[in-house]
Amino acid sequence: MVAYIIRRIGYGFLTVLGVLFFLFILFFAVTDPDDIARKAVGERAPPEVYEQWKRNKGYDKPLFVNTEHGWLSGGRYTDTLLVDHYTRMLTFQFGQSDADDALISKRIREGAGPSLMLTVPLFLSGMAVAVMVSLFVSFFRETYIDRMALVLCMLAMSVTILLYIIGGQYLIGKVLHWFPISGFDPDPTIVYKFLLLPILVGLVNGLGADVRFYRTVFVEETTKDYVRTARAKGAGEIRVMGNHVLRNALIPILTQIVVAIPFLFTGSLLLESFFGIPGLGSLTIDAIFGNDFATLRTMVYIGALLFVTGQILTDISYTLADPRIRLE
Amino acid sequence: MLLSNLLVVVILMLFAGLVYYVRTNRLWRESAQSLWKRRPIAVTVVGLYFVVGILDSVAWVGGVDLSKTQDVVAASKPRTIIDRMFSPETRSERSYSAPFASKEFYGGADLTHPGSYWLGTDRLGRDVLYLAFKGVKVALLVGGLTSLIVIPLALFFGVSAGYFGGRLDDAVFFVMSTLAAIPGILLLIALITALGKGTLQVCVALGVTGWVSFARLARAETLKLRESDYVQAARALGVSDVTIIMRHILPNLSHLMVITFALLFTALVLSETILAYLGIGVDGSWGQMIDQARDELSRDPIIWWNLFGASMALFILVLSVNLVGDAVRDILDPRTLRERE
Amino acid sequence: MNELLLDVQNLRTSFPSAAGRVAVVEDISFQIHKGEVLALVGESGCGKSISAMSIMRLVPKPGRVETSARIFFQGRNLLDLDVPDMRKVRGGEIGMIFQEPMSSLNPVQTVGAQVVEAIQLHEKATAAAARDRTVALFKRVGIPDPEQRFDAFPHQLSGGLKQRVVIAMAIAMRPKMLIADEPTTALDVTIQAQIIDLLRELQEELETGILLITHDLAVVNELADRIAVMYAGRLVETAPRQELFENASHPYTQGLLQAIPGLAKKGERLHEIQGVVPPPQEWPVGCRFSSRCPIRLAHCADQPAPEIERSPGHISFCHALEKEAVA
Repeated sequence: MVAYIIRRIGYGFLTVLGVLFFLFILFFAVTDPDDIARKAVGERAPPEVYEQWKRNKGYDKPLFVNTEHGWLSGGRYTDTLLVDHYTRMLTFQFGQSDADDALISKRIREGAGPSLMLTVPLFLSGMAVAVMVSLFVSFFRETYIDRMALVLCMLAMSVTILLYIIGGQYLIGKVLHWFPISGFDPDPTIVYKFLLLPILVGLVNGLGADVRFYRTVFVEETTKDYVRTARAKGAGEIRVMGNHVLRNALIPILTQIVVAIPFLFTGSLLLESFFGIPGLGSLTIDAIFGNDFATLRTMVYIGALLFVTGQILTDISYTLADPRIRLE
Repeated sequence: MLLSNLLVVVILMLFAGLVYYVRTNRLWRESAQSLWKRRPIAVTVVGLYFVVGILDSVAWVGGVDLSKTQDVVAASKPRTIIDRMFSPETRSERSYSAPFASKEFYGGADLTHPGSYWLGTDRLGRDVLYLAFKGVKVALLVGGLTSLIVIPLALFFGVSAGYFGGRLDDAVFFVMSTLAAIPGILLLIALITALGKGTLQVCVALGVTGWVSFARLARAETLKLRESDYVQAARALGVSDVTIIMRHILPNLSHLMVITFALLFTALVLSETILAYLGIGVDGSWGQMIDQARDELSRDPIIWWNLFGASMALFILVLSVNLVGDAVRDILDPRTLRERE
Repeated sequence: MNELLLDVQNLRTSFPSAAGRVAVVEDISFQIHKGEVLALVGESGCGKSISAMSIMRLVPKPGRVETSARIFFQGRNLLDLDVPDMRKVRGGEIGMIFQEPMSSLNPVQTVGAQVVEAIQLHEKATAAAARDRTVALFKRVGIPDPEQRFDAFPHQLSGGLKQRVVIAMAIAMRPKMLIADEPTTALDVTIQAQIIDLLRELQEELETGILLITHDLAVVNELADRIAVMYAGRLVETAPRQELFENASHPYTQGLLQAIPGLAKKGERLHEIQGVVPPPQEWPVGCRFSSRCPIRLAHCADQPAPEIERSPGHISFCHALEKEAVA
């Protein structure tokens, strides 16, 4: 078990290294650092300013091999963009934004709070609602309630999140005047007013696919032999669903959570931007609009880091949930 | 123009080949019949979208009465059949007008073509129905063409990794887990920011993001199939690896291909709308129309037809493909897909 | 004769198909008395498991037991009971043992907890009391180290031990009747013998009636008092065990008995019944066996076979025998 976890973490670290290499190729090899510099200082800036900017950012070094250093000098392979990129990212020295020289790590610290305030309740309530609805639906499997629910899910899945956001803002914010359309205030007494609408929209957006998935899992479980055994010893339907089916369905649901963790992060990208919540999602979007490559690659790196961590945690909890794996 | 026409020929030939194959193979023929019996409307709708996409790809020059238009440059470009049906060069207004209106929405000036815009006109006076029709081709390109490129590639990597194992498998698996570790939308954004904007770039980015899940599935299935009795038997008889893959592995993955195509298609088309909001989408897509229309809801009185036209066109396509995909999944294989989800 | 425990009358269970509802079990009637073992015998797909599930009212949806049937258990019609009362019957008065010990236990619960649940569903026992009873039950069904096994998960036990757990669960409430659906089919031959012995011991000790469902005539010979033979959803013959093995009168039963390897002489070819069981949609209107019957008469396929009493307690459903009886 311990050996398994160590191996799992090792592979996760390897994956992160792979992600960093991919980012390096994307942001330094495919995108020429010269382009970044030109976009940052402006096309007509004098060459000195432009060179100075590159030097400040450390973008003036060669990609893989530094020919200024001699053959036997260590700097030939270490004094390069590639090595700089890895050391900076792995030590979490993200440096300054390409757009306005603000410290990226400070921005991330500031953005994490509002982001989590949005995504954590969204994730938890989304899970709870989806599991409850799908338990209810699979309780009535093969009846018209089930079929209706499946049709509704299919309809809900076919609508783009853009429409949910626009519709939600229009209906609740403008017609019904329940919540503010957008904005944010970290004051704990009123912050919920700004979060409720985006959470609601996020909830509705994910519900269709989630309910369908959980229903499939639950219905699949209810056809298993052990469910018949439970019924044969006199267990009622509610007990069968709540005790036996739910416990077993937890295993595939846990795997689904891995998939959901990065979407926590990305789903909020749109919600935050639309609803004016100053979180990490908004930060990323501003980086896209402002050609801020340093922030963008940091965000991708952090996203991947979170995903890999989530995956490891899920694998561990997976082994805890399933005695067949735990006790091997 | 030439490229687009050529593409139509290629796609129609592929389609004809597919139809021929489905008709000759008993299993597929029965599946197709069963699909038609279950979901006649959804299949028809998808077919109609396909036809519109084709009609919007066949283009040639000429056919505009140059005396009736100010935009001579646009009129002398090659125009598709859809263009010719709507003739936007001669049929346009100056600004917003409501569906079937005879006057402009603001100011109330008379329209040059009163009552002829079923879905009204947009800010520039363009026919919204026409724009919605133009979006069909974009969606089919983004969803369909990308899937058609992604699936064979994913199949190649997934099957060879699963079948041959060893170092190759390690390498492919590492690349897959690396790409899978980057949250999809961030990967898309990073790719497009690095590659630049444009239809091709968006398709490439969507492709890089989309191939992983199917390659993974193909690898897992191949691992299972490799251990199956009939593959072992074929090996024992000295059948070559390539023959085994062609004869025994690929046919057993074909149902997954069909189902993945449907899933990928809707995922891609919906992803594009998000990109459109971020300003890195494809020109002329429904996502772009929805994005442009979002401020119009805050006007008073509101302008809803732009949003309505684009989102209905999108919704109906995605819903139909979802319904068809769902039915195909039920018909072909209810089991394997469940494991994958 | 002991008191009547179970009286199944005209059981009919149907499933929907493309051509409307098809009855996969039709007109099945039988009785089980206290302490009696009735074996329901037939090929797979003949409806014997569905009959058992029908008694427990656990036929998987969308199948359903037609309300024209009556299943009297200790004088009460089970089909008339409301759901909570039926739940009390399941596990409380009728225990059930399944074919697949591998999958019939919940994989994420300890086996002990699953037996405890069976107890606590039917009476208010404290956790400690239920645990003690479970350990005692484990000991009774021959599970070694019952204290330790209590906390084991199903995958940690062998098939034979799992089946013993299932049996412990079924007898936990000392039910009046057990339904054993192919209890030995999935087990190794040596384990099969042990489980059969265990079932016989328990049956004598608890005086339960057992409905034994099997296709294995060797098991039948070991355990059963009476035998009911099913073919394609209908009964073809019922008789006390000895009578059936010696004087089988229905052509299907005769074919079945002749197909047992042990009864044939060495070097002789085993007898086989020509053809295969048709699918439910193609079952003949009349005698179901008519499409494969070696002594088929002209009207067999059109008219349901008549009930012929060959001797007290020996009933056969066959047109050919009717003729014989008249002549």
